[in-house]
Amino acid sequence: MSDRRLEVDALTKRYGDTVALDGMSFDVRAGEIFGFVGSNGAGKTTTMRIILGVLAADGGEVRWDGVPVDHETRSRIGYMPEERGLYPRMKVGEQLTYLARLHGLGAAEAASAVRSWTERLGVHARVGDEVQKLSLGNQQRVQLAAALVHHPEILVLDEPFSGLDPVAVDVMSQVLREKAAEGIPVIFSSHQLDLVERLCDRVGIVRAGTMVACDTVERLQASGGEELLVHAPAAPEGWASDLVGVTVRGRENGRTVLALDEGADDQAVLAAALATGPVTEFARRRSSLTELFRHVVSAESHPGETASRGETEK
Amino acid sequence: MSTGNHQSGQLTNVEAVRLVAAREMSVRLRSKAFLILLGITAVAFLAVPIITKLAASGPTTQHVAVVRSDADYGRQLEGLADKLHQKVAVTEVADQAAGTAAVRDGKADAFVVSHGADGTQVTVQKSLPDSLQTLFSFAGAAEQGPPPASQQVHATTLEKTDPQQGQKIAIAITAGLLMYLILMTVGQMVAQGVVEEKTSRVVELLLATIKPWQLLAGKVAGVAVVGAIQLVVPGVLGLAVGMADGQLSVSLSASVGSLMWTLAWFAAGFWLYAMIFASAGAMVSRQEDLGGVMAPIMMPLIAGWVVAISILPTNPQSGIAEVLSFVPLTAPVLMPMRWALGVAPIWQVLVALALTLACGVLVLRFAGRVYRNSVLRSGARVPLREALKAA
Repeated sequence: MSDRRLEVDALTKRYGDTVALDGMSFDVRAGEIFGFVGSNGAGKTTTMRIILGVLAADGGEVRWDGVPVDHETRSRIGYMPEERGLYPRMKVGEQLTYLARLHGLGAAEAASAVRSWTERLGVHARVGDEVQKLSLGNQQRVQLAAALVHHPEILVLDEPFSGLDPVAVDVMSQVLREKAAEGIPVIFSSHQLDLVERLCDRVGIVRAGTMVACDTVERLQASGGEELLVHAPAAPEGWASDLVGVTVRGRENGRTVLALDEGADDQAVLAAALATGPVTEFARRRSSLTELFRHVVSAESHPGETASRGETEK
Repeated sequence: MSTGNHQSGQLTNVEAVRLVAAREMSVRLRSKAFLILLGITAVAFLAVPIITKLAASGPTTQHVAVVRSDADYGRQLEGLADKLHQKVAVTEVADQAAGTAAVRDGKADAFVVSHGADGTQVTVQKSLPDSLQTLFSFAGAAEQGPPPASQQVHATTLEKTDPQQGQKIAIAITAGLLMYLILMTVGQMVAQGVVEEKTSRVVELLLATIKPWQLLAGKVAGVAVVGAIQLVVPGVLGLAVGMADGQLSVSLSASVGSLMWTLAWFAAGFWLYAMIFASAGAMVSRQEDLGGVMAPIMMPLIAGWVVAISILPTNPQSGIAEVLSFVPLTAPVLMPMRWALGVAPIWQVLVALALTLACGVLVLRFAGRVYRNSVLRSGARVPLREALKAA
């Protein structure tokens, strides 16, 4: 595995009065899967478009292996835009061949790449059909094939998992892992934080055009502190809200999720729970990425607000 | 799967443009719309010469004027025409001046100045119709008694005219109509193609690979070839039928010359219009909004054609047509027509062509900018001022 890196360095971008990116910086190492998370409008898509040269940055630069990314480098990036796009009336096979050729593959090379990727992604039977005749899920697979068909050196995928069925999600995850194992830096954005948690080596959380947290999943989780999960079926609403050093984060399948401040006494919590009746479950766990994400993203806009869990996926 | 393939990668500009153009052509040449349009234009250009021939062959009454002293000769003409199954009406005029005036005013097709042993002298506006030529030659001969020998007929024309004028008009109208139709349809094809890429969002994927100008140039080139095919096929068919039919006796080289000039004008005019249509397409996000931005572009094209068809056939020397044939947006329709009519000297054609090309270069700069600034923006129509902003 090489130590090449895709570096995004202090990108800035404004649309009129709106600041889209404000010093966006991070890097993705070769062979690493990097998850890019943040609320809508935080600047993920803008960053990816700038990496691909589809948009021009007002400031900052993107480097691959220490050299500013130019048109030549970009032709070796596999890209899946957030706004999915293929010619609706063009046949799947011709479309993929065309895109492969545009990326510089020869005719024979393009044909074999199209065959292998359509087989791999389970759309080989449809190569002769117009894209518009495919189901949405299959169109997504073709879109992924379009990102992979020219044997890219870098993968930039904007929301690759949205709209995929569970089988396709597995195929996609598998492909991303494989590509990373080949030594390709993979960067993808997603709102499906459980997937990000499962797949990514490192995660970057963006807010308002800036990277606010960027680290491995473990370290990010560690920084979020620990949670207590208490199942006390007879407990009334708000039974834990008066406890010292304890924040109620919400409820999850009938259990109460609590965040403990540094040094808070979990035994006091247990006692309070027992006071309401039987306690069937009492467990410690690390904060999930979702919780951390909520915490980081809402830190400034809604301080101290407790979010209800259970709607992790959008 | 592939492990770190390293192919030569990077396309050259030419390769990129060629790939885009090839896709454009392969998609369009196979489309039903193209085949139908080609069929319609081909049939139209096959039908035009045939219809004109049918329309022209209907029986019409020929008017012949004679001086009073020749009244007997007049009656003899009428009688002879009857036998020949021709419709001829003879009118008597006071003197030679009145006869000439009748011809000039179009009241008479021919005026018999004199007839006798040394032949028949007639005055006509442009040319003596074949049927009257026959009539006069027999009439003179009958006077001298049998055996009937044909009489010399000398026709004097009042208007110095080109005997091939009719054919020239036919070629001019054909050339102008082709230019108009093709510029209109291929222009819209370009605009629709740009919007299709925008609507389907595929443009983002394309622009992540190739540069905006490569995409624009490839698209325009591809559509141009399709348009040229649409121009050449009916053009060649029309010429072939016209010549086989005998209506067009203009030499083959002149016809081919007209076609070549039309092609040159197509290239220049298409270049200009394609750029403008492409920018218009880039400014909107939906096919429904396309009409609004295309209307102002189509205006000069329509205006040029209206002037051409309403003025040029009757008045090839028209001043307004001459002026408009230099204006880049109307020149591609008007100048080939004026050239075909033989009223435009070569320097005018070349100057107008140069002006159109220069305008095309200017428009390319703006169109490229509008395209680049607008093509990735979706939603509402991009205001022209923003679209023109320097990137």
